[in-house]
This record gives sequence, C-alpha cells and structure tokens, in this order.
Amino acid sequence: MLIDERYEVETPEGAMLSLSLAGPVTRAMAYGIDLLLRLLIFAVLAFVLGMLGKMGIGLLLIIGFALEWFYPTLFEALRHGQTPGKKAMGIAVVHANGSPLSFNGSLIRNLLRTADAFPLFYLLGFITTLISPRYQRLGDMAANTLVVHIEQTGTTRKQHSGPANPPDWPLSAQDQLALLAFHERQDQFSEARQQELAQLAFPELNPSQALQRLRAVTRYLLEGAR
Amino acid sequence: MKQARFEQQYRPLWESLEQQLEQLEALRVSRKKRLPLDRFVADYRQLCHQLALARERAYSLELQQYLNNLVLRAHRQLYRYNPPLADRIGAFFAHGFPAAVRRQWKWHLVSALSFVLSIALAWILVQQQPEMIYTVVDEAMLSDLELMYQPEDSGSSDIHAGREGEDDVLMFGYYIKNNIGIAFRTFAGGLLLGVGAIFVMLFNGSFFGAIAGHLINTGGHEAFFTFVIAHGAPELTAIVLAGGAGLRLGWSIIAPGQWSRLDALRLAARDALPTMYGVFALLLLAAFIEAFWSPRDFDATIKYSVGAACWALLYLYLFFGGRNGTRES
Repeated sequence: MLIDERYEVETPEGAMLSLSLAGPVTRAMAYGIDLLLRLLIFAVLAFVLGMLGKMGIGLLLIIGFALEWFYPTLFEALRHGQTPGKKAMGIAVVHANGSPLSFNGSLIRNLLRTADAFPLFYLLGFITTLISPRYQRLGDMAANTLVVHIEQTGTTRKQHSGPANPPDWPLSAQDQLALLAFHERQDQFSEARQQELAQLAFPELNPSQALQRLRAVTRYLLEGAR
Repeated sequence: MKQARFEQQYRPLWESLEQQLEQLEALRVSRKKRLPLDRFVADYRQLCHQLALARERAYSLELQQYLNNLVLRAHRQLYRYNPPLADRIGAFFAHGFPAAVRRQWKWHLVSALSFVLSIALAWILVQQQPEMIYTVVDEAMLSDLELMYQPEDSGSSDIHAGREGEDDVLMFGYYIKNNIGIAFRTFAGGLLLGVGAIFVMLFNGSFFGAIAGHLINTGGHEAFFTFVIAHGAPELTAIVLAGGAGLRLGWSIIAPGQWSRLDALRLAARDALPTMYGVFALLLLAAFIEAFWSPRDFDATIKYSVGAACWALLYLYLFFGGRNGTRES
C-alpha cells in the first residue's frame, strides 16, 4: 500500500471503495511518457508520409491534430481510463464515484487541458492539483474525474510453519492489523530488523525468542489454534 | 472465523470473479473462450459483503486491499454505460446540437457580438485610415495577402490558378489542425474567467475586419469574398459557438448562482459539451469546403449564391432544427 491520500467512495451495494489518488509528479511522468510516444509516432509518420509530397503533409497535419487532441481521449475512453503513459505509471482516470470513465468525461477533461497548461508547462494545472483536496486539475474538476493508482496486490505469500499461540493481552482491531501487516511484510525485512520489531511487542524476551513468539501469535490470528 | 479459513472458503469465488472480469475488460473475446456471466452480479454482491466482513473483522490489510481492488474492478464493469453509438450520433445532429446551441443563446449572442463588433470596428478604422492595417499585420504578411487576393484582371498568381488536388489535401489538413485547434483552445480559454474566449473573439474579429477593409481599399475584395463566403458560414459560426461555450464555463465560476463553484463548473461543462461536438463537426465541414470548394474558380455570382445558401441553411438549422424532436436532457 502506498502512503498517499485515500479517497473513499460508497458503492450502491454499501461497500466502501478506497481509491488512492495520484499526485502531480506521477501524473507528470505519465504525461511525459505519452508525449514521447506521440512525438515518436509523429516522427515515424512524418518520415513515411513525407515521401508522398503535399498530400502526405496534409495527412500528417490531420494526424498531428488527432494526436494532439484525441490521443488521450481515445485511450482513456477505450482502455479503462489509461493512456499508455498512465498504464506505465500504474494510474487511471475514473469518475469521482469510482465508475469507469465515459467518453464525455474524458473529452471534457482533455479539451480543457489548454486551460491547465496556461500559461506555460501546466503551471495552472499544477497549482490547482496542489490546492484541490482530491488532486484535480481544472479539467478534472469540470469533468468530475479523479486520477487514481491502480494497485496490484496478491495474497500469495510464504507460509512459516510452527506453533500458534493466542496473544496474552486483549487484542484491539488496531493491534490485529499491525500484527497481520507484520506477518505479510516480514519477508521484506532482515532477520535482525524482524527481531527488533518483535521486541517492541515483547520487550521482556530476548530478540530471537521475541520473534518466535510474535510469529506464533500472528499464526494464531491467521489460522486459529491447532 | 480466522482469516486463513475465510480465504480458503471464498478463494474459488474470487478466482472465478477474476476470470469473469478479465473477459469483461478485454476488448473482444473469442467465442470459444467465452464464459457464462449470469452469476456475475450475484458474485459481485457477495464480494461486497466479504469486503465488509474483512474490514469488520480486521483481517490483514493486504487481504482487504485485494478485495477492495476486486470490488473496484467489478464495480467499473457493472456500472459502465455504452449505449449504441450510431443512434446517439443521429439523434445528436437531428436535435441535440441545435437545441444545445439555443439553450445557451445568451452566451453565443455575447460571443457573436464581441466578434462582429470587433470586425466592424477594425473594418471601419482600416477603411478610414488605410495605414491602420499595420497595427494588425506586418508588411511581409500583407504583401502575401495582397498577392493572394489580387484583382482578377491584373493577372496570374491568385489562389485559383495552379492549384491541384494535392494542394487541396494539404490545405485540408492545415485547416483542420489550425481551425479546430483554435476552437478547442477558445473553449478552454473560457475557463480562465471567460477572458481567454473573449480575447480570441476580439483578436480574430479585428484581424478579419482589418483584412477585409484593407482588401477593399486595394481592390482585392472580390477574390477575397468569393473565397471566404461559403466556408465562412460554418467556420465563423463555429468559432463564435466555441467562444460562447467557453464564456458559459467562465461565467459559471464568476457567478455560480445557487451552486458551489465546483458544481456550477461541472454543470456548465456538461451543458457546453454538446456544443463542442457540434463545433467540431462544423469545422470539419468548413475545412472541407475551404479546401475543395472555395479555391475553385467559378463566376462570382455562383460563388455568392452558394455562399448565401450555406449561411441560410446553417442558420435555419440552428434556429429551427430539432424543435419537434424529443427533448434532449
């Protein structure tokens, strides 16, 4: 999970969806990737169509126009709110209620891009993104859209076998979340760091015993007593 | 129930939902691989329930995250909206577009007035004091213009001579890129409290007026007016409409009325969007006429009558089109 602004949406089924909003830097990078891609497409086509004389240049101008104005709209409307650049950065555009981006929504936010680009280098868009509580640029506000991170998480992880013991203190929901988070992330830490963390829970034990004990408790939380 | 048992019990459901989602998210799926989707909605409701349980029982964040993402994906598929495109396009041109323009006639009137008045002002100024033309155009551009619209009798190199099909395509591309780009920027410029839209209207209006006035002074006006009259109808109208739509956006921020500024902006954008679709179509039409009809060398009477017909048809359409149709919401 990213340390980021989260935005909660309630679905008609009563489930709370939690979206993590994408900040200006990620979005600027996605924009940069898209820009490079568009320039590349344009350069290749300029080379090919340049050989067709004036007619080729006419076609090139039309394609240049389409790349400038419709590239983001077409990709966002057809590819679940993701241009290639956004896909590479793992972000997508959605409506503020979490539903997928419609063609109209995408068109509004992309037509108003010019206002966000005012006066230079998206300065106005950058400022409104920082001011807006939901990281929206002007186009997003008008279209009521959000740019969110699309997170990829699996639940497969290594199982440590061993004893499972209940905790010796009354467990709050917060404690349980912290312990389970430790269980899921322990492979990312060195053994020494794991012991250090375990001693926060069991300061009376020595490091390796504390870790054993902590693992036993998390196993109990996950699987119950054997 | 402990988390491990919970996962074990419901994982088959989650995996089946993931497969269904992959199919729904793909652009097309071959007939053989297609899965039945009749359980999708029921599965999705169950999933929502399980997400709520996972949160309530404080199962691990990673599991909550996984379920949350799955709900998000399913939610997007369940609530997406794609009605058939062709019907909507037909209905749009039959009544949606003219109705949208009429609904916001005040903004289009303001935009048209600022455009027409700046044309008139520049025109009169340049006709009274010919040297005023240099305040809008520099000398090099002016001599290009004069060459393009030389009086017919004085000879060779006017725009009608020596143009081939290739040039038409080149100019078609140029008009599309240039004019539609200007219209879209005018619309977006309106968001800056309307200043951007008004600026474009005044700037283009005085430019056009000054050129027209100057060409009358130098006697090139027939070549000029026979060239612009036909495509001028959709082109100038579209620019005015884009300006009006932009003003609507800007005004929603200046005076949001009973809404918050954010809501007013959203409403304005939704209101103005049909006009912009229409502007796009009008400018495509204008580019087509400008590239393939306007440079053709016909008698001035023919060009003027075709041009007049274009203006008449367009305004009949905008004023009366779709008045009997079903109301567009």
